[in-house]
Amino acid sequence: MNALEATDLTVRYGDLTAVDRVTLTLAEGETLAVLGANGAGKSTLLAALAGTHLPVSGSVLLDGEPVGRLPAHRRVRRGIALVPEGRRLFGSLTVEENLLMGRYPRRAGQWDLGAVYDMFPQLADMKDRRGSVLSGGQQQAVAIGRALLANPRVLLLDEVSLGLAPTVVAQLYDAVRRITASGTTALVVEQDLDQALRVADRVQCLLGGRTVLESPAAGLDRDTVADAYFGITRRAG
Amino acid sequence: MDWLNAGVQGVLLGGQYALLACGLSLIFGVMRIVNLAHGVLAVLAAYLSLVLVQQGLPLWLATVVVVPVFAALGYALQRGLFNPALARARGRASGELAPLLVSFGVAVALTNLLQEVFSADTRTLPTGGLASAGLAVGGLSVGVLPLITLVVAAAVIAGVQLYLARTSTGRAMRAVADDAGAAAMTGVDPRHMYGVATALGFATLALAGVFVGMSTQFSPGSGDLVLLFAFEAVIIGGLGSLWGTLLGGIVLGVAQTVGAQIDPQSGVLAGHLVFLAVLLIRPGGLMPRSVQA
Amino acid sequence: MSRPVADPPADPPADPSAGASVPAVTRGTRGSLVGGGVLLLVVVLLAVVVPYVVTLGALSSLVMLFALVILGTTWNLLAGYGGMVSVGQQAYVGVGGYALIQLADAVGAPPWAAVLAAGVVGAAVALPTSYLVFRLAGGYFAIGTWVVAEVFRLVTMQFDGLGGGSGLSLTAFRGTDRVDRVAFVYWLALTLMVAVVLGTYLLMRSRVGLGLTAIRDDRVAASSLGVAVDRGRRLVYVAGSAGAALAGALVALSTLGVTPGSIYSVNWTAAMIFIVVVGGIGTIEGPLVGAVLYWVLQQALAPLGTWYLVVLGVIAVAVVLLAPRGLWGLVAGSYQLFPTTYRVSGAGHRRRGEADVTAT
Repeated sequence: MNALEATDLTVRYGDLTAVDRVTLTLAEGETLAVLGANGAGKSTLLAALAGTHLPVSGSVLLDGEPVGRLPAHRRVRRGIALVPEGRRLFGSLTVEENLLMGRYPRRAGQWDLGAVYDMFPQLADMKDRRGSVLSGGQQQAVAIGRALLANPRVLLLDEVSLGLAPTVVAQLYDAVRRITASGTTALVVEQDLDQALRVADRVQCLLGGRTVLESPAAGLDRDTVADAYFGITRRAG
Repeated sequence: MDWLNAGVQGVLLGGQYALLACGLSLIFGVMRIVNLAHGVLAVLAAYLSLVLVQQGLPLWLATVVVVPVFAALGYALQRGLFNPALARARGRASGELAPLLVSFGVAVALTNLLQEVFSADTRTLPTGGLASAGLAVGGLSVGVLPLITLVVAAAVIAGVQLYLARTSTGRAMRAVADDAGAAAMTGVDPRHMYGVATALGFATLALAGVFVGMSTQFSPGSGDLVLLFAFEAVIIGGLGSLWGTLLGGIVLGVAQTVGAQIDPQSGVLAGHLVFLAVLLIRPGGLMPRSVQA
Repeated sequence: MSRPVADPPADPPADPSAGASVPAVTRGTRGSLVGGGVLLLVVVLLAVVVPYVVTLGALSSLVMLFALVILGTTWNLLAGYGGMVSVGQQAYVGVGGYALIQLADAVGAPPWAAVLAAGVVGAAVALPTSYLVFRLAGGYFAIGTWVVAEVFRLVTMQFDGLGGGSGLSLTAFRGTDRVDRVAFVYWLALTLMVAVVLGTYLLMRSRVGLGLTAIRDDRVAASSLGVAVDRGRRLVYVAGSAGAALAGALVALSTLGVTPGSIYSVNWTAAMIFIVVVGGIGTIEGPLVGAVLYWVLQQALAPLGTWYLVVLGVIAVAVVLLAPRGLWGLVAGSYQLFPTTYRVSGAGHRRRGEADVTAT
């Protein structure tokens, strides 16, 4: 049984179809990278999986249980945690308070405050600082830590690299690799191909709300991905 | 000496205004709702206590009953009326007015309902002499009830601050105030949390209403002035700061009593004018909180 | 090892009907012309037929209706088009009432001039006040305007020259026959109501009105397009307050006097809110419907005493939650009797819903 199974998901914003009958599966312990350019529907797909924007049709199964119609706050308690695009920290709360919010659903597991501080040591030094004064990279670390503290069955990461310097992104993805290596099942949405391929077991590429490429990450030709990313079909010969 | 006396009375009066304003400030802080029925609800609490007292309950017991009843009322009103109104607000541009308009409708309906049930006669809660008791301090006579009110106000504000800062529910409330959507991602149900915040605000409101009932002659129409005073205390003190609300209440109280010293008819007007002056000179209030990103 | 799952979407076929025709832009529809004709007929009836058919008391009552229409239309300007909920417009109702009596009695102006001048006085007071109240926003703006109204009331009561706590009586009509007086006030009120409604319509139909709608919908976006946001909101506040002052002047004229408690009463705001919310906020037609409804309910439920205000409050809450576009929105949909929108028609224009838009 797969940890996460989304079948024929269609998500609309008014008249606009942002996700068009997308199917994906995520096995236990696996890391899937969902790639695509701006507006391909990646973030909307995550929103549908996390419950912040409900799909108009299709199903989402977590460990075989249907969760597709549950609102976000109930899905977290079932075990789907989202690290949202743009971090979305609680600006007036301190770093530690932000992390403690992650513990609100009170799910048991390997992740507690100590484990998060081990993963992101720089956060331990600034645990009393307000969320709004942190740099982008620090905020991203807090956002990831906050999601981890929910001890999720599936961790969803939305555009971790957005607006951050390459060195910071690389450090964050080092952390993501360690997180997935410890057994966490993860779905990573990214525009940054290189970083995504470093952590992913499998890759799925979206274009115009539809899946245009599905492949294991190992041995994947970067050009093939780039073609799918931009919607280029190469003629034979 | 009279001036000093007026000043002291003003400070004590400020305690009552701060207690009234506490709920207004909390509810606005968490969900940006201004409840125009805030004043008449305080008066309702006074009437409810009066009814219980008339049934034979001692006043302290009536208070103990009324406060949780109001907390439940607040939760119900938030989930039944204000949450749907907030949901409307996310649609049309003029829907932003929805919670405000709903609260105004409630205020009008409730004020006139109280008028029908209790008539426009003024009442007061029997305090067994507490309302007129005084302590001699220096050459001044300090009212016992106003002193208690001030102490209770400070205690309630301190309590609410502690609750917000230290408990997980309080933390969740602050999180929801910052970003309700992100809070939902951490497992907090924003609609429930709004209800809890309103319940807490209404609990303080009920307590404040009882104190108003004890120290003044109230009638259904008193709600209007109660609302204005609570609001002035919040603005003078500075939005976003509960301790600021205490300070704002005190400033308002002093303005009113000193104004009344100058001209017995003009106490309330003096308070309004000080409020307008603060608005003109220092619109952020006396203890402004910097806007959080 | 990799396989494309689906072909990327092909380019949409060229639109064969895209010709050289330029789309036409129209303002009104045939329906609005018909509706306008009906309204014109009603106004003519009110002007030339009604006064000879009903009692003097009914005429005075109709004057109140006309004042309510003015109040509702101008409150709607603030809230429905300006996005500002003011719970303190009674400040200007009071200013208008007192100004009328001072201008008509002390200054000796003819009543029609005094009414118009009272409107100007209202605007003149509103302008500096706006700088004060605009420091607040949203719900706190609402209460702030209420405080201002209370200050106006209390300050007015300080002056013996303004009658202190007991108010003023209008003496300008002394010696005038009652029928002449009531008729005069009636026609003046009718004229003013028509002028205010037409003026509001023309304002909202104009470029200024388009800017105001933009400000209401999204202040930041409007500002980035070059709309002068603060000036627009101030214009709305001043115009709306002038209208309230006009209504207050009419009330004072009709009731032959003012008392601070009644002319500065927050019940005026309660009426304005009911009229606009139940009638239909953000439309010109809404306040007309709402005023008529309020006026009818006031007469019909009068025997119930203050219960009728309870009923009004409950209705207003229900409308906000269940029918936010008000009665006019429910009944008429997007039909505009006073057309302010732009309609595009012509070849090459795709109707909504036909396009298959997918995220690219």
